[in-house]
Amino acid sequence: MSEGALLSFESVHAVYGKKIRALKGVSLEVRAGEIVALIGNNGAGKTTLMKTASGLMVPESGRVLFEGRDLAGLAPHRVSRLGLCLVPEGRRIFPRLTVMENLEMGAYARAGAPELAREFDHVLTLFPVLGRRRGQLAGTLSGGEQQMLAMGRALMSAPKLLMLDEPSMGLAPVVVDVIFDIIARVNKEGVTILLVEQNARRALKAAARAYVLETGEIAASGEAARLLGDASVQKAYLGL
Amino acid sequence: MRRLLSHRHAPALLFAAALTLPFVARAIEFSFLTRVGGVVGLMMLLSLGLNMTLGYVGLFDLGFIAFYAVGAYGTAILMRAHVPAPLAAALAVAAALAMRALLGVTILRLRGDYLAVVTMGFGEIARLTLNNLDAWTNGPKGLQVRPWRPLAFLGAIPGLEFVRKESNVQFYFLIAAAVYLAAEASRRLENSRVGRAWVAIREDETAAQLSGIPVARYKLLAFTLSAAFAGLAGSLFALWDQFVTPESFVFWESTLLVAIVVLGGMGSISGVLLGALLLGGIPLLMEATLSPRLIDYRYLFFGLILVLMTLFRPQGLLPSARREAELSS
Repeated sequence: MSEGALLSFESVHAVYGKKIRALKGVSLEVRAGEIVALIGNNGAGKTTLMKTASGLMVPESGRVLFEGRDLAGLAPHRVSRLGLCLVPEGRRIFPRLTVMENLEMGAYARAGAPELAREFDHVLTLFPVLGRRRGQLAGTLSGGEQQMLAMGRALMSAPKLLMLDEPSMGLAPVVVDVIFDIIARVNKEGVTILLVEQNARRALKAAARAYVLETGEIAASGEAARLLGDASVQKAYLGL
Repeated sequence: MRRLLSHRHAPALLFAAALTLPFVARAIEFSFLTRVGGVVGLMMLLSLGLNMTLGYVGLFDLGFIAFYAVGAYGTAILMRAHVPAPLAAALAVAAALAMRALLGVTILRLRGDYLAVVTMGFGEIARLTLNNLDAWTNGPKGLQVRPWRPLAFLGAIPGLEFVRKESNVQFYFLIAAAVYLAAEASRRLENSRVGRAWVAIREDETAAQLSGIPVARYKLLAFTLSAAFAGLAGSLFALWDQFVTPESFVFWESTLLVAIVVLGGMGSISGVLLGALLLGGIPLLMEATLSPRLIDYRYLFFGLILVLMTLFRPQGLLPSARREAELSS
């Protein structure tokens, strides 16, 4: 592990039940300030990797370190309090809470903190549409708005590293543009990003570095621009 | 209807209206009505308790009546040891809370149906224990409790002389006050940060965890607090009836409570109170007024009502705004 890694996986194995080996010795690292993309086919282990980082899944062996601290045995709400926050696949907002209540839930651990009002303002500046819909039940938002709410909710916890699982899933191209703009903007403001995407081209364009995951193992890694030009990556993931 | 019920003074007005029941019963010479009112009040307390776990957090509990039993037996045993009644009640509530917390710590990692099955088992274990722990509970023969007249002093007020001797009226007032306070406590909890976290957990446990909500702790909190209402109801029941037997705490009672919460509207205080009034009050009134042959069929009507409700009004009679949104989307 090199100096300056914010999140690192050290030969992590993860298993569903006893038989399904989802991660087979994955090592990777995300440095402070980066956007790192993780691409791969369905079932490659991308979501498992994020679940393992966020404490929803316990690795069978290997270590997950955040700011040099071993996350073993930490419940998800503790991991989130450390500043490692996952926006799960499929958004998973609280449909019967209002937009504001959803955001409030994101800052649950820090309720009453004086800087909270600033966080609210910040999120509403990033996503003006959420401000307009603040009193509305979140379940009545469009898909894109729900994705924005899910990201806003995560940002309310003032994360150091934001993990986004398939943020573009099921969204119209024009909305995907908005989401990726905001990812870039949040990153410029100092939040490190780990991005899982089916839309490999999009992810590689947004990221500085990337890892390619194949059936639970890292098949390739490096500069995103280089992977974008790599013949085998192009063939397998970019449909060229 | 909802606008009327959500009016700021609606709870206080309903409470004041409820207090007139013994006078109405006296005027129409049907004093049994006061008794029915008290029993319905106990049902309301229990249902408000169950509403906290089942309604707010979505934890299925089919053995809730066990904590009613803890409140009742705790009070009875302490009263027999010559503990003053209010202290006996307070200690019995504390015992219910403690047992509930202990149970919660062990079983709350289970979800959904599994939790329902285990709580059902616990309810049965509690009843069988009462039935067999002769040294403490006197088994199926039950325990006698010495009389206590909590509000006899009201008899000193002109016009209320009759209250001095009527334990039914005294307990009716006491229970009504307890229901009012329990409903008010529920309302405040519901609108607090804690209450919103409960709803978040009900909606999506994983997302709640990822948002930094300590899910296990909040589930345990709801699960435990709900026993306060059950314990208090049990305690009032023991002091009022002056007699407790395991017969009163059968599985059927737990199912009835679930039916009340579901029928009234999960997570809706006014809905749950209405559910208790209907499902608790109507059978009792039927018992008093119907011919014995029809009484045997009263729960058949229940089943029918429940089936019709699921078909035509799954959100309950007076659903909370949140639940309504959930089921219409």
